[in-house]
Amino acid sequence: MNDAFDIRGESHIEVHKFRTGAIIIATLLALLIQSSFPIHFAKAAVLDLPLLVTIYFGLSRRNPSTGLLLGMFIGLLQDSLSGPTVPLGLYGIAKTIIGYLASSIGARLDTEHPAARFALTFAFFITHQGLIVITRRILLVQPEPWFNMHLIVAALVNALVAVFLFLLLDRLRKN
Amino acid sequence: MVGIPSRHKSLVLLAGVIVLQVLMLAVQIKRNSEGRLIRVWTVGAVSPFERAGSNSFGWIRNTWRHYFALQNTTRENEEIRRENDVLKLQISQLQGKAAEADRLAALLNFRQSHAEVPMIAARVIGVSAGTASRTIQLDRGERDGIRKNMGVITPDGVVGKVVETYPNAALVLLLTDKESGVGAMLADSRIQSPVGGQGEPLLIMKYVPNDDTVNFGERVITSGMDRIFPRDLPVGTVAEIKAGNPFKQIRIKPAANLERLEEVLVLLSLRPLEMKSEEPTQAKPSAPSAPVATPQPAVRR
Repeated sequence: MNDAFDIRGESHIEVHKFRTGAIIIATLLALLIQSSFPIHFAKAAVLDLPLLVTIYFGLSRRNPSTGLLLGMFIGLLQDSLSGPTVPLGLYGIAKTIIGYLASSIGARLDTEHPAARFALTFAFFITHQGLIVITRRILLVQPEPWFNMHLIVAALVNALVAVFLFLLLDRLRKN
Repeated sequence: MVGIPSRHKSLVLLAGVIVLQVLMLAVQIKRNSEGRLIRVWTVGAVSPFERAGSNSFGWIRNTWRHYFALQNTTRENEEIRRENDVLKLQISQLQGKAAEADRLAALLNFRQSHAEVPMIAARVIGVSAGTASRTIQLDRGERDGIRKNMGVITPDGVVGKVVETYPNAALVLLLTDKESGVGAMLADSRIQSPVGGQGEPLLIMKYVPNDDTVNFGERVITSGMDRIFPRDLPVGTVAEIKAGNPFKQIRIKPAANLERLEEVLVLLSLRPLEMKSEEPTQAKPSAPSAPVATPQPAVRR
Protein backbone atom coordinates (compact mmCIF):
# COMPACT_ATOMS: atom_id res chain seq x y z
CA MET A 1 0.00 0.00 0.00
CA ASN A 2 1.47 3.34 -1.00
CA ASP A 3 0.80 5.65 1.88
CA ALA A 4 1.01 9.35 1.10
CA PHE A 5 0.67 12.34 3.32
CA ASP A 6 -0.49 15.38 1.45
CA ILE A 7 0.48 19.01 2.00
CA ARG A 8 -2.77 19.80 3.80
CA GLY A 9 -1.97 17.32 6.53
CA GLU A 10 -4.83 14.94 5.77
CA SER A 11 -3.84 11.35 5.22
CA HIS A 12 -4.91 10.29 1.74
CA ILE A 13 -3.97 6.78 0.77
CA GLU A 14 -5.39 7.00 -2.72
CA VAL A 15 -3.77 3.93 -4.06
CA HIS A 16 -6.35 3.21 -6.74
CA LYS A 17 -7.27 5.54 -9.54
CA PHE A 18 -9.89 4.61 -12.10
CA ARG A 19 -10.25 5.12 -15.82
CA THR A 20 -12.05 8.26 -16.90
CA GLY A 21 -15.79 7.96 -16.45
CA ALA A 22 -15.51 4.50 -14.87
CA ILE A 23 -17.09 5.52 -11.57
CA ILE A 24 -20.01 7.33 -13.22
CA ILE A 25 -20.68 4.54 -15.73
CA ALA A 26 -20.43 1.81 -13.05
CA THR A 27 -22.78 3.79 -10.79
CA LEU A 28 -25.40 4.40 -13.48
CA LEU A 29 -25.16 0.81 -14.68
CA ALA A 30 -25.71 -0.46 -11.14
CA LEU A 31 -28.82 1.71 -10.76
CA LEU A 32 -30.12 0.66 -14.17
CA ILE A 33 -29.63 -3.05 -13.47
CA GLN A 34 -31.11 -2.64 -9.99
CA SER A 35 -34.28 -1.15 -11.45
CA SER A 36 -34.71 -3.53 -14.38
CA PHE A 37 -33.18 -6.93 -13.51
CA PRO A 38 -35.87 -7.97 -10.97
CA ILE A 39 -38.51 -7.79 -13.73
CA HIS A 40 -37.02 -10.97 -15.16
CA PHE A 41 -35.58 -12.48 -11.95
CA ALA A 42 -37.75 -11.54 -9.00
CA LYS A 43 -35.22 -12.93 -6.51
CA ALA A 44 -32.60 -10.48 -7.79
CA ALA A 45 -34.41 -7.79 -5.78
CA VAL A 46 -32.47 -9.03 -2.75
CA LEU A 47 -29.30 -7.50 -4.26
CA ASP A 48 -28.43 -3.87 -3.57
CA LEU A 49 -26.01 -3.13 -6.41
CA PRO A 50 -25.88 0.64 -5.72
CA LEU A 51 -24.74 -0.18 -2.18
CA LEU A 52 -22.08 -2.60 -3.44
CA VAL A 53 -20.78 0.07 -5.83
CA THR A 54 -20.70 2.62 -2.99
CA ILE A 55 -18.74 0.20 -0.81
CA TYR A 56 -16.31 -0.73 -3.58
CA PHE A 57 -15.39 2.81 -4.59
CA GLY A 58 -15.26 3.85 -0.94
CA LEU A 59 -12.83 1.06 -0.09
CA SER A 60 -10.74 1.66 -3.22
CA ARG A 61 -10.59 5.45 -3.35
CA ARG A 62 -9.92 5.64 0.39
CA ASN A 63 -10.85 9.30 0.64
CA PRO A 64 -13.69 9.89 3.14
CA SER A 65 -14.84 13.12 1.47
CA THR A 66 -15.25 11.63 -2.01
CA GLY A 67 -16.61 8.42 -0.49
CA LEU A 68 -19.42 10.18 1.34
CA LEU A 69 -20.26 12.44 -1.62
CA LEU A 70 -20.42 9.45 -3.98
CA GLY A 71 -22.61 7.63 -1.43
CA MET A 72 -24.93 10.63 -1.24
CA PHE A 73 -25.15 10.90 -5.04
CA ILE A 74 -25.94 7.19 -5.48
CA GLY A 75 -28.40 7.19 -2.57
CA LEU A 76 -30.34 10.19 -3.84
CA LEU A 77 -30.56 8.70 -7.35
CA GLN A 78 -31.84 5.46 -5.81
CA ASP A 79 -34.40 7.46 -3.82
CA SER A 80 -35.58 9.19 -7.01
CA LEU A 81 -36.02 5.85 -8.77
CA SER A 82 -37.87 4.22 -5.88
CA GLY A 83 -41.16 6.09 -6.21
CA PRO A 84 -42.90 8.71 -4.09
CA THR A 85 -43.32 6.40 -1.08
CA VAL A 86 -39.57 6.61 -0.55
CA PRO A 87 -38.68 10.19 0.47
CA LEU A 88 -35.56 11.75 -1.04
CA GLY A 89 -32.85 11.21 1.56
CA LEU A 90 -33.78 7.75 2.90
CA TYR A 91 -31.15 5.88 0.90
CA GLY A 92 -29.19 9.15 0.59
CA ILE A 93 -28.40 9.36 4.31
CA ALA A 94 -27.67 5.63 4.64
CA LYS A 95 -25.33 5.53 1.65
CA THR A 96 -23.58 8.78 2.65
CA ILE A 97 -22.62 7.18 5.96
CA ILE A 98 -21.65 3.88 4.31
CA GLY A 99 -19.49 5.77 1.75
CA TYR A 100 -17.75 7.58 4.60
CA LEU A 101 -17.24 4.44 6.68
CA ALA A 102 -16.01 2.39 3.70
CA SER A 103 -13.43 4.96 2.67
CA SER A 104 -12.30 5.49 6.28
CA ILE A 105 -11.87 1.75 6.80
CA GLY A 106 -10.26 1.38 3.36
CA ALA A 107 -7.60 3.83 4.45
CA ARG A 108 -6.72 1.72 7.50
CA LEU A 109 -7.16 -1.93 6.54
CA ASP A 110 -6.20 -4.23 3.72
CA THR A 111 -9.43 -4.55 1.80
CA GLU A 112 -8.10 -6.40 -1.23
CA HIS A 113 -8.48 -9.95 0.06
CA PRO A 114 -11.79 -11.63 -0.92
CA ALA A 115 -12.41 -12.72 2.71
CA ALA A 116 -12.01 -9.14 3.94
CA ARG A 117 -14.31 -7.89 1.19
CA PHE A 118 -16.92 -10.53 2.07
CA ALA A 119 -16.84 -9.67 5.79
CA LEU A 120 -16.86 -5.89 5.21
CA THR A 121 -19.75 -6.04 2.71
CA PHE A 122 -21.74 -8.23 5.12
CA ALA A 123 -21.17 -5.71 7.95
CA PHE A 124 -21.88 -2.68 5.72
CA PHE A 125 -25.11 -4.25 4.41
CA ILE A 126 -26.40 -4.81 7.96
CA THR A 127 -25.33 -1.26 8.93
CA HIS A 128 -27.03 0.17 5.82
CA GLN A 129 -30.31 -1.59 6.63
CA GLY A 130 -29.96 -0.47 10.26
CA LEU A 131 -29.57 3.15 9.14
CA ILE A 132 -32.68 2.86 6.95
CA VAL A 133 -34.66 1.41 9.87
CA ILE A 134 -33.44 4.22 12.16
CA THR A 135 -34.38 6.88 9.58
CA ARG A 136 -37.80 5.31 9.04
CA ARG A 137 -38.55 4.89 12.75
CA ILE A 138 -37.15 8.14 14.11
CA LEU A 139 -37.40 10.69 11.30
CA LEU A 140 -40.39 9.35 9.37
CA VAL A 141 -42.19 7.68 12.32
CA GLN A 142 -42.91 4.57 10.27
CA PRO A 143 -43.05 1.09 11.85
CA GLU A 144 -40.15 -1.04 10.67
CA PRO A 145 -38.81 -4.29 12.17
CA TRP A 146 -35.24 -4.14 13.45
CA PHE A 147 -34.16 -7.62 12.55
CA ASN A 148 -35.31 -10.70 10.65
CA MET A 149 -33.72 -13.73 9.05
CA HIS A 150 -34.30 -12.30 5.59
CA LEU A 151 -31.81 -9.53 6.46
CA ILE A 152 -29.08 -12.05 7.28
CA VAL A 153 -29.72 -14.04 4.10
CA ALA A 154 -29.75 -10.83 2.02
CA ALA A 155 -26.49 -9.68 3.67
CA LEU A 156 -24.82 -13.04 2.91
CA VAL A 157 -26.01 -13.01 -0.73
CA ASN A 158 -24.82 -9.42 -1.22
CA ALA A 159 -21.46 -10.20 0.41
CA LEU A 160 -20.98 -13.19 -1.88
CA VAL A 161 -21.91 -11.24 -5.00
CA ALA A 162 -19.62 -8.41 -3.86
CA VAL A 163 -16.57 -10.72 -3.91
CA PHE A 164 -17.07 -11.40 -7.63
CA LEU A 165 -18.35 -7.94 -8.52
CA PHE A 166 -15.32 -6.29 -6.88
CA LEU A 167 -12.97 -8.51 -8.92
CA LEU A 168 -14.79 -7.28 -12.02
CA LEU A 169 -14.59 -3.65 -10.91
CA ASP A 170 -10.85 -4.09 -10.17
CA ARG A 171 -10.40 -4.23 -13.95
CA LEU A 172 -11.50 -0.60 -14.19
CA ARG A 173 -8.45 0.50 -12.21
CA LYS A 174 -5.63 2.37 -13.86
CA ASN A 175 -2.40 0.36 -13.81
CA MET B 1 -9.76 32.86 13.24
CA VAL B 2 -9.09 29.23 14.09
CA GLY B 3 -9.57 26.95 11.08
CA ILE B 4 -10.91 23.43 11.10
CA PRO B 5 -8.11 20.86 11.37
CA SER B 6 -7.66 19.19 7.99
CA ARG B 7 -8.24 15.68 9.30
CA HIS B 8 -11.64 16.76 10.60
CA LYS B 9 -12.75 18.28 7.30
CA SER B 10 -14.33 15.06 6.08
CA LEU B 11 -16.19 14.67 9.39
CA VAL B 12 -17.53 18.22 9.08
CA LEU B 13 -18.54 17.49 5.47
CA LEU B 14 -20.27 14.27 6.59
CA ALA B 15 -22.21 16.13 9.29
CA GLY B 16 -23.14 18.87 6.82
CA VAL B 17 -24.35 16.45 4.16
CA ILE B 18 -26.38 14.42 6.69
CA VAL B 19 -27.98 17.55 8.16
CA LEU B 20 -28.83 18.73 4.64
CA GLN B 21 -30.58 15.46 3.81
CA VAL B 22 -32.40 15.37 7.16
CA LEU B 23 -33.66 18.90 6.42
CA MET B 24 -34.72 17.75 2.94
CA LEU B 25 -36.65 14.87 4.55
CA ALA B 26 -38.27 17.28 7.00
CA VAL B 27 -39.33 19.63 4.19
CA GLN B 28 -40.87 16.72 2.24
CA ILE B 29 -42.84 15.58 5.31
CA LYS B 30 -43.92 19.08 6.34
CA ARG B 31 -45.03 20.17 2.87
CA ASN B 32 -46.12 16.69 1.81
CA SER B 33 -44.02 17.15 -1.32
CA GLU B 34 -42.12 14.33 -3.00
CA GLY B 35 -39.26 16.17 -4.71
CA ARG B 36 -41.15 15.75 -7.98
CA LEU B 37 -38.74 17.78 -10.09
CA ILE B 38 -35.73 15.66 -9.16
CA ARG B 39 -37.73 12.47 -9.73
CA VAL B 40 -38.97 13.67 -13.14
CA TRP B 41 -35.39 14.38 -14.22
CA THR B 42 -34.06 11.09 -12.95
CA VAL B 43 -36.87 8.95 -14.38
CA GLY B 44 -36.74 10.90 -17.66
CA ALA B 45 -33.03 10.20 -17.93
CA VAL B 46 -33.18 6.55 -16.92
CA SER B 47 -36.40 5.27 -18.54
CA PRO B 48 -35.09 5.21 -22.17
CA PHE B 49 -32.20 3.01 -21.00
CA GLU B 50 -34.59 0.84 -18.98
CA ARG B 51 -36.78 0.46 -22.07
CA ALA B 52 -33.82 -0.50 -24.24
CA GLY B 53 -32.43 -2.81 -21.53
CA SER B 54 -35.78 -4.50 -21.04
CA ASN B 55 -36.17 -5.17 -24.77
CA SER B 56 -32.64 -6.47 -25.27
CA PHE B 57 -32.79 -8.56 -22.11
CA GLY B 58 -36.04 -10.14 -23.29
CA TRP B 59 -34.41 -10.98 -26.62
CA ILE B 60 -31.31 -12.46 -24.96
CA ARG B 61 -33.44 -14.48 -22.53
CA ASN B 62 -35.58 -15.91 -25.31
CA THR B 63 -32.52 -16.73 -27.39
CA TRP B 64 -30.81 -18.35 -24.39
CA ARG B 65 -33.85 -20.39 -23.38
CA HIS B 66 -34.73 -21.65 -26.81
CA TYR B 67 -31.45 -21.73 -28.66
CA PHE B 68 -28.25 -22.06 -26.63
CA ALA B 69 -29.78 -24.37 -24.05
CA LEU B 70 -30.66 -26.82 -26.78
CA GLN B 71 -27.42 -26.54 -28.72
CA ASN B 72 -25.90 -29.77 -27.33
CA THR B 73 -28.57 -31.92 -28.93
CA THR B 74 -27.54 -31.07 -32.49
CA ARG B 75 -23.98 -32.34 -32.91
CA GLU B 76 -24.56 -35.34 -35.16
CA ASN B 77 -24.06 -33.65 -38.45
CA GLU B 78 -22.47 -30.29 -39.08
CA GLU B 79 -24.75 -29.45 -41.96
CA ILE B 80 -27.87 -30.53 -40.14
CA ARG B 81 -26.65 -28.73 -37.06
CA ARG B 82 -26.28 -25.46 -38.91
CA GLU B 83 -29.66 -25.92 -40.47
CA ASN B 84 -31.11 -26.86 -37.09
CA ASP B 85 -29.51 -23.86 -35.44
CA VAL B 86 -31.04 -21.52 -37.94
CA LEU B 87 -34.41 -23.20 -37.53
CA LYS B 88 -34.15 -23.12 -33.74
CA LEU B 89 -33.22 -19.48 -33.76
CA GLN B 90 -36.27 -18.81 -35.87
CA ILE B 91 -38.37 -21.00 -33.58
CA SER B 92 -37.09 -19.20 -30.51
CA GLN B 93 -38.01 -15.89 -32.00
CA LEU B 94 -41.43 -17.22 -33.01
CA GLN B 95 -41.95 -18.78 -29.58
CA GLY B 96 -41.07 -15.51 -27.91
CA LYS B 97 -43.48 -13.74 -30.19
CA ALA B 98 -46.15 -16.42 -29.65
CA ALA B 99 -45.81 -16.17 -25.86
CA GLU B 100 -46.07 -12.41 -26.11
CA ALA B 101 -49.06 -12.76 -28.47
CA ASP B 102 -50.76 -15.11 -25.95
CA ARG B 103 -50.27 -12.58 -23.16
CA LEU B 104 -51.48 -9.74 -25.35
CA ALA B 105 -54.45 -11.84 -26.54
CA ALA B 106 -55.41 -12.45 -22.90
CA LEU B 107 -55.21 -8.70 -22.30
CA LEU B 108 -57.25 -8.02 -25.45
CA ASN B 109 -59.93 -10.58 -24.52
CA PHE B 110 -60.19 -9.04 -21.10
CA ARG B 111 -60.29 -5.57 -22.65
CA GLN B 112 -63.05 -6.59 -25.09
CA SER B 113 -65.14 -8.30 -22.43
CA HIS B 114 -65.04 -5.08 -20.41
CA ALA B 115 -65.48 -2.64 -23.28
CA GLU B 116 -67.42 -0.25 -21.05
CA VAL B 117 -64.32 0.38 -18.93
CA PRO B 118 -61.72 2.61 -20.62
CA MET B 119 -58.30 1.01 -20.27
CA ILE B 120 -54.92 0.90 -21.96
CA ALA B 121 -52.28 -1.84 -22.12
CA ALA B 122 -48.77 -0.99 -20.93
CA ARG B 123 -45.47 -2.82 -20.69
CA VAL B 124 -43.45 -3.03 -17.46
CA ILE B 125 -40.00 -1.51 -18.05
CA GLY B 126 -38.66 -1.10 -14.52
CA VAL B 127 -39.07 -1.89 -10.84
CA SER B 128 -38.26 0.07 -7.67
CA ALA B 129 -34.53 0.55 -7.22
CA GLY B 130 -34.54 -0.80 -3.69
CA THR B 131 -36.45 -2.93 -1.21
CA ALA B 132 -37.97 0.05 0.67
CA SER B 133 -40.89 0.22 -1.77
CA ARG B 134 -42.65 -2.05 -4.23
CA THR B 135 -43.27 -0.20 -7.47
CA ILE B 136 -43.13 -0.89 -11.18
CA GLN B 137 -42.53 1.51 -14.03
CA LEU B 138 -44.69 1.43 -17.17
CA ASP B 139 -43.76 2.50 -20.70
CA ARG B 140 -46.83 4.72 -20.98
CA GLY B 141 -47.50 8.00 -19.23
CA GLU B 142 -49.32 11.32 -19.35
CA ARG B 143 -49.23 11.43 -23.17
CA ASP B 144 -51.31 8.24 -23.23
CA GLY B 145 -53.88 9.65 -20.82
CA ILE B 146 -52.53 8.02 -17.66
CA ARG B 147 -53.04 10.07 -14.49
CA LYS B 148 -52.20 9.72 -10.82
CA ASN B 149 -54.52 7.41 -8.79
CA MET B 150 -55.67 5.36 -11.77
CA GLY B 151 -56.07 1.63 -11.10
CA VAL B 152 -53.77 -0.97 -12.68
CA ILE B 153 -54.86 -4.58 -13.27
CA THR B 154 -54.14 -7.73 -15.23
CA PRO B 155 -56.75 -10.26 -16.38
CA ASP B 156 -55.76 -12.26 -13.26
CA GLY B 157 -56.49 -9.48 -10.79
CA VAL B 158 -55.63 -6.17 -9.20
CA VAL B 159 -52.02 -4.96 -9.47
CA GLY B 160 -51.95 -1.52 -7.81
CA LYS B 161 -52.48 2.13 -8.58
CA VAL B 162 -50.60 4.85 -10.43
CA VAL B 163 -48.74 7.05 -7.96
CA GLU B 164 -46.64 9.16 -10.30
CA THR B 165 -46.86 10.07 -13.96
CA TYR B 166 -44.26 11.38 -16.39
CA PRO B 167 -44.69 12.27 -20.07
CA ASN B 168 -43.72 8.80 -21.32
CA ALA B 169 -43.74 6.69 -18.18
CA ALA B 170 -45.80 6.02 -15.08
CA LEU B 171 -44.97 4.62 -11.66
CA VAL B 172 -47.34 2.07 -10.12
CA LEU B 173 -47.47 1.28 -6.41
CA LEU B 174 -47.99 -2.48 -6.17
CA LEU B 175 -50.59 -3.91 -3.79
CA THR B 176 -47.78 -5.55 -1.82
CA ASP B 177 -46.25 -2.19 -0.82
CA LYS B 178 -46.70 -1.23 2.83
CA GLU B 179 -48.55 1.93 1.88
CA SER B 180 -50.85 0.29 -0.64
CA GLY B 181 -54.45 -0.79 -0.19
CA VAL B 182 -57.67 -1.65 -1.99
CA GLY B 183 -61.33 -1.76 -0.96
CA ALA B 184 -62.14 -5.48 -0.90
CA MET B 185 -64.59 -8.09 0.28
CA LEU B 186 -64.75 -11.84 0.74
CA ALA B 187 -66.57 -13.33 -2.25
CA ASP B 188 -68.67 -15.90 -0.28
CA SER B 189 -69.42 -14.20 3.03
CA ARG B 190 -69.53 -10.67 1.49
CA ILE B 191 -67.59 -9.28 4.46
CA GLN B 192 -65.96 -6.00 3.44
CA SER B 193 -62.55 -4.89 4.62
CA PRO B 194 -59.60 -3.10 3.03
CA VAL B 195 -56.73 -5.29 1.87
CA GLY B 196 -53.25 -3.84 2.08
CA GLY B 197 -49.64 -4.75 1.51
CA GLN B 198 -46.98 -5.32 4.11
CA GLY B 199 -43.82 -5.34 2.00
CA GLU B 200 -44.06 -9.13 1.55
CA PRO B 201 -45.50 -11.36 -1.21
CA LEU B 202 -48.73 -11.89 0.82
CA LEU B 203 -51.35 -9.17 1.45
CA ILE B 204 -53.20 -8.62 4.71
CA MET B 205 -56.91 -8.16 5.51
CA LYS B 206 -56.94 -6.68 8.98
CA TYR B 207 -60.40 -5.57 9.97
CA VAL B 208 -62.48 -8.74 10.03
CA PRO B 209 -63.88 -9.40 13.52
CA ASN B 210 -63.05 -12.74 15.18
CA ASP B 211 -66.77 -13.65 15.26
CA ASP B 212 -67.04 -13.71 11.46
CA THR B 213 -66.43 -16.96 9.61
CA VAL B 214 -63.75 -16.89 6.95
CA ASN B 215 -62.79 -19.97 4.98
CA PHE B 216 -59.31 -20.92 3.85
CA GLY B 217 -59.04 -20.53 0.07
CA GLU B 218 -62.01 -18.14 -0.10
CA ARG B 219 -61.80 -15.64 -2.95
CA VAL B 220 -61.27 -11.96 -2.19
CA ILE B 221 -62.64 -9.46 -4.71
CA THR B 222 -62.77 -5.69 -5.00
CA SER B 223 -65.68 -3.98 -3.29
CA GLY B 224 -65.57 -0.83 -5.42
CA MET B 225 -65.60 1.25 -2.24
CA ASP B 226 -62.20 2.81 -2.94
CA ARG B 227 -63.60 4.46 -6.10
CA ILE B 228 -60.52 3.37 -8.04
CA PHE B 229 -61.25 -0.25 -8.90
CA PRO B 230 -64.60 -1.52 -10.20
CA ARG B 231 -66.40 -4.11 -8.09
CA ASP B 232 -65.79 -7.87 -8.40
CA LEU B 233 -62.23 -7.82 -9.72
CA PRO B 234 -60.13 -10.64 -8.20
CA VAL B 235 -57.75 -9.46 -5.45
CA GLY B 236 -56.59 -12.87 -4.21
CA THR B 237 -57.42 -15.90 -2.10
CA VAL B 238 -57.29 -16.42 1.67
CA ALA B 239 -53.99 -18.16 2.42
CA GLU B 240 -53.76 -17.90 6.21
CA ILE B 241 -56.23 -17.13 9.02
CA LYS B 242 -55.19 -16.35 12.60
CA ALA B 243 -57.26 -15.09 15.49
CA GLY B 244 -56.22 -11.59 16.58
CA ASN B 245 -57.33 -8.95 19.01
CA PRO B 246 -59.95 -7.71 18.15
CA PHE B 247 -59.67 -8.60 14.46
CA LYS B 248 -58.59 -11.72 12.63
CA GLN B 249 -55.19 -11.69 10.92
CA ILE B 250 -56.01 -12.83 7.40
CA ARG B 251 -53.25 -13.13 4.82
CA ILE B 252 -54.17 -13.07 1.15
CA LYS B 253 -52.29 -14.55 -1.80
CA PRO B 254 -52.56 -11.98 -4.64
CA ALA B 255 -54.49 -13.15 -7.70
CA ALA B 256 -52.12 -11.36 -10.08
CA ASN B 257 -48.53 -12.57 -10.15
CA LEU B 258 -47.00 -9.37 -8.80
CA GLU B 259 -43.49 -10.82 -8.81
CA ARG B 260 -43.50 -11.36 -12.57
CA LEU B 261 -45.44 -8.67 -14.36
CA GLU B 262 -44.68 -7.96 -18.00
CA GLU B 263 -47.86 -6.35 -19.35
CA VAL B 264 -50.67 -4.67 -17.42
CA LEU B 265 -53.87 -2.72 -18.07
CA VAL B 266 -54.36 0.81 -16.74
CA LEU B 267 -57.96 1.84 -16.00
CA LEU B 268 -58.24 5.20 -17.72
CA SER B 269 -60.78 6.77 -15.43
CA LEU B 270 -60.70 8.65 -12.18
CA ARG B 271 -64.46 8.25 -11.71
CA PRO B 272 -65.99 5.25 -9.92
CA LEU B 273 -66.21 2.42 -12.43
CA GLU B 274 -68.72 -0.37 -12.82
CA MET B 275 -67.69 -3.63 -14.43
CA LYS B 276 -70.07 -6.24 -15.80
CA SER B 277 -70.02 -9.28 -13.56
CA GLU B 278 -70.87 -12.83 -14.61
CA GLU B 279 -72.35 -13.54 -11.17
CA PRO B 280 -75.08 -11.42 -9.67
CA THR B 281 -73.58 -9.24 -6.97
CA GLN B 282 -75.11 -9.57 -3.54
CA ALA B 283 -73.17 -6.86 -1.76
CA LYS B 284 -74.84 -3.53 -1.34
CA PRO B 285 -72.42 -0.97 0.06
CA SER B 286 -73.98 0.99 2.84
CA ALA B 287 -70.86 2.43 4.45
CA PRO B 288 -69.35 5.64 3.06
CA SER B 289 -66.74 5.02 0.40
CA ALA B 290 -63.25 4.50 1.78
CA PRO B 291 -60.17 5.95 0.13
CA VAL B 292 -57.41 3.53 -0.74
CA ALA B 293 -55.00 2.67 2.06
CA THR B 294 -57.39 3.96 4.72
CA PRO B 295 -58.12 1.05 7.02
CA GLN B 296 -61.76 0.74 8.06
CA PRO B 297 -63.49 -1.88 10.17
CA ALA B 298 -65.17 -4.67 8.23
CA VAL B 299 -68.76 -4.26 7.11
CA ARG B 300 -70.70 -7.48 7.04
CA ARG B 301 -73.43 -7.93 4.49
